[in-house]
Amino acid sequence: MKQFVLKLYIAGRTQRTEQAISSLQEICENDLASAYELSVIDVLERPQLAENEKILATPTLVRELPPPLRRVVGDLSNRERVLVGLDLAIRDTLDQGKN
Amino acid sequence: MKNADTVSSVIKIATGIPGFDFIADGGLPKGRTTLVAGTAGSGKTIFAAQFLAEGIRQHNEPGVFITFEEQPQDIRRNVANFGWDVGKWEGEGVWIFVDASPEPSHELNIVGDFDFGALLARVEHAVRNARAQRVVLDSIGSVFSQFVSHSRVRHELFRIASALREMGVTTVMTAERREEYGPVAANGIEEFVADNVIILRNSLEDEKRRRTIEILKFRGTTHHKGEYPFTVIASDGIVVIPLSAIELKQHSADIRVTSGNGDLDRMCGGGLFRDSIILVSGATGTGKTLLSTHFVDGGAAMGERCLMFAYEESREQLGRNAIGWGTDFDVLEQGNKLRVICEYPESAALEDHLVRIKDAIEDFKPNRIAVDSLSALERVSTPRGFREFVLALTSFIKHKEITGLFTSTTPTLTGGASVTEAHISSITDTILLLRYVELYGEMRRGVAVLKMRGSAHEKEFRELVIDSSGMHIGAAFRNVSGILAGNPIQIEASEIDRLDKLFPSDHL
Repeated sequence: MKQFVLKLYIAGRTQRTEQAISSLQEICENDLASAYELSVIDVLERPQLAENEKILATPTLVRELPPPLRRVVGDLSNRERVLVGLDLAIRDTLDQGKN
Repeated sequence: MKNADTVSSVIKIATGIPGFDFIADGGLPKGRTTLVAGTAGSGKTIFAAQFLAEGIRQHNEPGVFITFEEQPQDIRRNVANFGWDVGKWEGEGVWIFVDASPEPSHELNIVGDFDFGALLARVEHAVRNARAQRVVLDSIGSVFSQFVSHSRVRHELFRIASALREMGVTTVMTAERREEYGPVAANGIEEFVADNVIILRNSLEDEKRRRTIEILKFRGTTHHKGEYPFTVIASDGIVVIPLSAIELKQHSADIRVTSGNGDLDRMCGGGLFRDSIILVSGATGTGKTLLSTHFVDGGAAMGERCLMFAYEESREQLGRNAIGWGTDFDVLEQGNKLRVICEYPESAALEDHLVRIKDAIEDFKPNRIAVDSLSALERVSTPRGFREFVLALTSFIKHKEITGLFTSTTPTLTGGASVTEAHISSITDTILLLRYVELYGEMRRGVAVLKMRGSAHEKEFRELVIDSSGMHIGAAFRNVSGILAGNPIQIEASEIDRLDKLFPSDHL
């Protein structure tokens, strides 16, 4: 069962976008195992979605599930801080503790 | 200041904000971004919303409102007070909100580099959908508090401003200031939108609020310089009062009209000039309200319409006094010859009084107006504000070819001049003095024409008698001097004869 529903809002395919996508994929694979669903939304193509979700900056990562809603803005280049932003830090340290 | 060759490249669009387009020499530079900076409560959001509202109402130009601070529903509700039905315009697709206000539930973590690509996409989307020609960003200070990297925010706002320019829309961007007289805007915003800057102020002077608007710069085009007062009124929003910008181009007619008193007309060389401002100065009880009543009555007798603003007495009191002097205000009002507006000076700020007076003049279209008394209005203003008010009022009524009679109460019973007179005497065309004269221990009244622009007039102080039929002017106080100084002195008859021989009287 998919536990995490993540949406990444980007504005076109820029270097920053690619950086964010690859960072995020890495985090998903390593930290969420396969319990996630990730969709990438290009606001240039779907501005109304950005309007509905009140997205200001790109890239913005939204954790829609599980609640509460959490947002991380930026190219996600710092894995630790992304995990903190997604509220995965505790789990992450626990995992590390097991290893 | 104006140079057709250099200004031709910048086209202006009329905002439709009353008075603003006049001081802006036509409006805001088309296709550019104008920064509107002001402290909290200075009226930035109203200015911005009015720019869009008047665009829709007067020019059929749709608009996009990007809000960084207030929620759209708050803005809708706040501007509804001005009669702007934003909800209806949204339904018609001519007003679109882009809601960039902070969401308390959205906890924001910033990891790495970002841009405002999403916001830009939303803005472009909204501008396309509305076919907008006007865009508002209100207020950008709030974005700076959401994002730590100010240089990044500045850069991104600059990118949005450039994109808006490419879209050919005219943009108003509002920003906070911390002090009324200090840096243009917080966060170094003025550095990237430095082309056109407007400052709204809401300063406290002598415990009175004074709102002003100043166009700091318009690159490549002209505007009026300095601070202009404005007021925010329920039905219209911002109304700028372009005082000193009003040109002194009134043509003065040499048509004479009656003051309502034949003797006074003779003292003035045959009556008052039609497009003139008459100041009546006197202590309490010298006959200022009576003179105003005669002025009304004399106008009505000539078929003129008169508008009277009373700031000291109620309509009932005025009517009762007038009846006592043989003038029936009720009859005049029924015959549509007169409208009396009674208000407490304290009921509104001076700017609001000015707007009310102008509205009443536009509505009633009088031939003459009487203000009794102008000095009462001084109580609710600062000296500078009052001078500007009188300037604006006089130029407005001269423009309308209206005869204006203002009364002013002097602070002392004999002699003296009020602050009012010091401020406005140079603006007025005619000054009539009503003075107490103490003779043999008896208080008598005197009247003199101190000045009358463009006309010969009597120079004597004449005795003024008030009885049940009103005001009567008698002989000159030939044997008294020192009335102006408030210290009348009797002069021997022989001395007067001697002076007469020295200076043969040249009756004008």
